[in-house]
Amino acid sequence: MQEFDLEQMVQNIEEQLGDKIRTERDQFFTVLNIDSSELLKLMRELRDDYGFNYLANLSSVDYGEEFEVVYHLYSIPDNNKVCVKTRVSRNSAEVDSLIDIWPTADWQEREVYDLMGINFKGHPNLIRVLLPDDFAGHPLRKDFVMGGR
Amino acid sequence: MEHLFTNLAAAFTGWMITLGLSPVWADIILLLVKWIIIITIITLNIIVLIWLERKVSAFFQERLGPNRLGPFGIFQTIADAIKLLTKEDIVPSAADKLIFKTAPMFFIVVAVMLYTVIPLGQGMEVINLNIGLLFFISIGSLSTIALLMAGWGSDNKWSLMGAVRSVAQMISYEIPLAFSLLGVVMISGSLNLQDIVAAQDNLWFIILQPIAFITYFIAATAELNRGPFDMPEAEQELTGGAYTEYTGMRWALFFLAEYTNLVAVSALMATVFLGGWQGPWLPSWLWIIIKTYGVILVFFWVKWTFPRIRMDQLMSFSWKVLVPVSLGNILLTGAGIYFCKWMGWC
Amino acid sequence: MMQSDIYTVNVGPIHPSTHGGLHAEAVMDGEIIQDVIVHLGYVHRSVEKIAESKTYQQFVPYTARLDYLATNLPVLGYCQTVEKLLGIQVPERAEYIRVIMAELSRIASHQIAIAATGIDLGATTGLMYGMRDRERIMNIFEMTGGQRLLSSYIRIGGVAADIPKEFIPVVRSFAHDIPLMIDEYNGLMTGNEIWAARMQGVGILSLEDAVKYGVTGPNLRASGIAYDIRKAEPYGIYDRFDFDIPVGSRGDSLDRWKVRIEELRQSGRIIEQALDNLPEGEITARVPKVLKPEPGIEVYHRIESAKGELGYYIVSDGGKKPYRLHVRAPSFINLMVLPLVCRGGVFQDIITNIATLDPILGESDR
Repeated sequence: MQEFDLEQMVQNIEEQLGDKIRTERDQFFTVLNIDSSELLKLMRELRDDYGFNYLANLSSVDYGEEFEVVYHLYSIPDNNKVCVKTRVSRNSAEVDSLIDIWPTADWQEREVYDLMGINFKGHPNLIRVLLPDDFAGHPLRKDFVMGGR
Repeated sequence: MEHLFTNLAAAFTGWMITLGLSPVWADIILLLVKWIIIITIITLNIIVLIWLERKVSAFFQERLGPNRLGPFGIFQTIADAIKLLTKEDIVPSAADKLIFKTAPMFFIVVAVMLYTVIPLGQGMEVINLNIGLLFFISIGSLSTIALLMAGWGSDNKWSLMGAVRSVAQMISYEIPLAFSLLGVVMISGSLNLQDIVAAQDNLWFIILQPIAFITYFIAATAELNRGPFDMPEAEQELTGGAYTEYTGMRWALFFLAEYTNLVAVSALMATVFLGGWQGPWLPSWLWIIIKTYGVILVFFWVKWTFPRIRMDQLMSFSWKVLVPVSLGNILLTGAGIYFCKWMGWC
Repeated sequence: MMQSDIYTVNVGPIHPSTHGGLHAEAVMDGEIIQDVIVHLGYVHRSVEKIAESKTYQQFVPYTARLDYLATNLPVLGYCQTVEKLLGIQVPERAEYIRVIMAELSRIASHQIAIAATGIDLGATTGLMYGMRDRERIMNIFEMTGGQRLLSSYIRIGGVAADIPKEFIPVVRSFAHDIPLMIDEYNGLMTGNEIWAARMQGVGILSLEDAVKYGVTGPNLRASGIAYDIRKAEPYGIYDRFDFDIPVGSRGDSLDRWKVRIEELRQSGRIIEQALDNLPEGEITARVPKVLKPEPGIEVYHRIESAKGELGYYIVSDGGKKPYRLHVRAPSFINLMVLPLVCRGGVFQDIITNIATLDPILGESDR
């Protein structure tokens, strides 16, 4: 296998996906902002063609109108890293599940569903993982009203 | 000193006869008195024993152990006993009440019955039974039923699992246990424990029957549900096994019975393999106590060193290792006796 | 033919061997495990939400309560993340002290794992051995931060206070004794026949599955790959130290156990090197009272905690509180393979597997 080249990879992917993808770079990560419709395709490609076999982190951020789902990918043992982000609107918060690509997405997606209220299409067992089953609301949303005190 | 207790018993019988009782009645009363004395000694002994186990385990684990109540914490067990006596007696609402409540009593009664045949000194035993060893083994197996009752009556999965495991374990280990004692019986030619002690006049059976001693020790550890074979309790897995639902004094009865069994089995081991009450200088009843405590300390040592074995490994160990080895020992013993007779040595 | 039924046994949430509030629902066929369903959340505190209402400094003690058995590691991870966010340069001396404290925490955590595995498998004396040796680390923590369990000694920009005079000889003698401790653990437990029988071939986690399920830390290395973030993506000053990565081969419980024991030795080596090279100087950088990272900046930083990859993902909106903080908890993700490794085993293997996967529920439930 040839030497992994992040720039080359980004170029290839940009050519392929055109305006569905927007690349950003900061001092820590190369961030691929992908349209949620193309997420599954991109992720499959990242794993199969570029060796990102390890989904380290799956998280989500509430930006008011939109939610952002953030994936941090690494490759073991080469240790290349890339960050993938996708945005979904608050009203139809639904993303494709990555459980078929990385089984580790299982509980992490359940956690995001539990705390942020984003649905993952294709997840076989999307139930709350940390909070009780009868809990109302999703606490990590910014509009969640905290009770008590 | 040697005849202290036998003389006392004889004097007591004589005193009763002078009071006008017929010798038969005097014998029966003497029997009851012996029983009561033995039960009292067992209970007091166990208080010491629990303290001893805690101290010994503390020694193994580089801890201090009980050290607050009395010198060296000797009264700790008494305090614990008082605590247990005053605790609430909880009976689960779904429990099979009769079975649940009788199980600990059954367990302790069976455990105490074991002492009937053990020779505690020269001419010192409750009953000199000519099938003493057989009696001991049979009564010892009865405790299985008590554990099954406890597990079934509690209506709890942990309890039932513990009970089922202990039944499987005890039945499997019953066989090598009996087999390993058979070698001794073959040499001594008697099931009477006093006769077995007498047969060890010159040589202890641990030297003639080393394999039997080891298999008996392992099987006895399993019979006693002690580590590394403490499957029925298995605090870390079954949260207490058959005893999970028991509280207060009912639980304490199980605890008491386990130690009673421990002392009984150790005493039998001393009797059968270590020359019983025979020994120089000291009186016979002191020798049996010393030997029994020696065996108990080995039991403690094993328990506090080994991890717990897994259930399937436990079963296969019994059937694939212990049973063949103890059977082989019987064969070897038989051949040895035949050889000995052929050579005209015995 | 005997007919058998499927039944469930609830291991936890209140059970002696679940290392906290873990609830594993075992679906059993006789003694054979068909499946294990893990229920989490019994110690959920929603620290990610709490973080949004605390300033960056105020959140430090909360991180100490994630992995409370290796308290300095989550604190170190958090502080380094914030430092990355703000571009703070930590003084040399503080970096070395941090490494010593982090490795001591790792040792403490592994010793608890050893102790807990001991008690879970019925080797009660093993518990006391592990606890006895960990006690010395607790005394060292008390010496530095004044607190034994949750010291929060590492702060943003450095450490809270300089180490006392008697610190270095005490730590050095501890590091010196680590091989002796390992000999004792091996003598009592690893070398025991029953111990090997209980662990060998139990809970096998193949390398492929381990990577797929995102398992990290000693559990991943036991499956046969030398992947340690301290070497793969060195953070702090870890690139200056010379140490080996212990690796297993079969990925069973015994390998996980052995990897942990061997890591004690390697951590000891790191501590000795750090003590040798400990420079004089400042112990904390000049950090403003109110921390305000640039708006829109975000960072994912990961460290090798005692349990695996501990990551913090922080998004800043320019305010003095994090806009969003996510903790990538290794225990949470490592626990995902519990059903996988338990299936087909017998009931007692659940306990062995929980013990050797070494989850910490404060971290997995957050």
